[in-house]
Amino acid sequence: MVDRIPSGTRDFLPDEMRELRAMTDRIRAVFERAGYGEVYTPALEYETTFARTNPSASGPAYRVFDELGNVLVLRSDMTIPIARLVATRYRDAEPPFRFSYFAHAYRSVRPQRGQSREFLQAGIELIGATAPEGTAEVLTVLCNALDAAGLETYRVGLGDASLYPALLDRLGVDPDRREHILTELANGDFVGLQKEVDALRLDPEDAELLLRVPQRRGGPEVLQTLPGPLEAAATGMRAVHALLAPEVANRLIFDLGLVRGLGYYTGAVFQVYDPAYGVPMGIGGRYDELLGQFGRPLPAVGFALNVERLHIALTSEERGRSRRQLP
Amino acid sequence: MSELRIAVPRGALFAQTLELLDRLGLSTREVRENDRKLLFEDVGIVTMRPSDVPTYVEAGAADLGITGKDVLLEQSERDLYELLDLGYGDCTMVLATVAGEDPAAEALRRLGVVRIATKYPRIATRYFLETGRQAEIVEVKGSVELAPLTGLAEGIVDLTASGATLRENGLVVREEIAHSTARLIANPVSHKLKAPAIDALLERLHAM
Repeated sequence: MVDRIPSGTRDFLPDEMRELRAMTDRIRAVFERAGYGEVYTPALEYETTFARTNPSASGPAYRVFDELGNVLVLRSDMTIPIARLVATRYRDAEPPFRFSYFAHAYRSVRPQRGQSREFLQAGIELIGATAPEGTAEVLTVLCNALDAAGLETYRVGLGDASLYPALLDRLGVDPDRREHILTELANGDFVGLQKEVDALRLDPEDAELLLRVPQRRGGPEVLQTLPGPLEAAATGMRAVHALLAPEVANRLIFDLGLVRGLGYYTGAVFQVYDPAYGVPMGIGGRYDELLGQFGRPLPAVGFALNVERLHIALTSEERGRSRRQLP
Repeated sequence: MSELRIAVPRGALFAQTLELLDRLGLSTREVRENDRKLLFEDVGIVTMRPSDVPTYVEAGAADLGITGKDVLLEQSERDLYELLDLGYGDCTMVLATVAGEDPAAEALRRLGVVRIATKYPRIATRYFLETGRQAEIVEVKGSVELAPLTGLAEGIVDLTASGATLRENGLVVREEIAHSTARLIANPVSHKLKAPAIDALLERLHAM
């Protein structure tokens, strides 16, 4: 009989560990140089800590009882534990705070899809710095970390979580329909979005706007010549862009359709892509309301990279590069 | 080599999909002439079963794909963009039972649960859950019409275009569950990184 391990978990052997370790060491050096001190928090937290934020699909999936009957969860990300840490350990300290982490998080998986129940995240949180300066700083550290990881063809999608909801508000879409529309958008169902928008019986120009906006993505030209209601909503993205060095700005894809499922994002949202790999390798964004729920209202921004996915993208990039070098 | 790779479904949607690609200016002659070959790198076409299309597109092994809404409903948890309703491949997901007094209704009334054979277990499960009825879903891979005729199940959930196969087997449609047509889907990362090529294709599709 062979002892199995749970689906969605795996063992790591020395060859792979050596490569992963070398990559995380290079990323750690970038975080340290930028002033982001490494922290570690317990893998187990009280369920009440995670319950403070909006429930979302990617919330904690594993619950256990301790010997007193308290419900504990395995953390599903590091942002919430760090928000708790700032509100407790740094209650009276002067912001901003810069923290980095290399820690495993735990989520549920869908069968047969190669998803991980346990995955290593590398990330930073910048707490107490507002947009656009804080956002620009974090995007810069993100690109430096991806460069250090050895990736050459990565791109970073930049959107704004408040942009589409603001557009719906301006057009006076009622709250019921609004939820439906945002759900279709988050699911990437543009056919469903079209049906929802048709049902609103808006002025044709406004309806066209609701359908076109989430498909606008590309270079900085995306932010130019925006129709009226979007002008204001795009100022945030323009301000971030204006602060970035060219080597960071050139990595960006401005994406008006980028909406993240994670409940706590309030402004800028990012997603990390590589043409060598079909799924995003990391996410991030502003969460200006989250710290307030822990009693220390501070604006904040951060990102989390999935280390295993970075490694997959890196090996695919290297394979592509060596293929091109062949005669 | 073409910039975009498109997953094309063999089977019921195959002919109309190739016609559409022809009108878009892709050369599908080699695809038509060769039904063993699967990968046509020069024109950016890969052919496969319709139900495999979301798998390849989600993983980024193809940038775009064409498949039925029925397949997308059955695999609704996949991380994909559904870009366009292509309009062809019209069919309906139905609940059907043998003609005459409805055995499914009788089973529900007298036994409290109805046995349903289907190739779409997730759509069937969801439908009975949402309509507040208990059902035991039996998954079969082949001709599902056989199930109610042999006593394997009282009803079937299946896709029908004209209803001819149902009629030939003495079955009648009791309820319509969902309407399906061919859809254009995209890998979310390709949708961002190959935006100009994908948008140009969409533009031409809209213009048709």
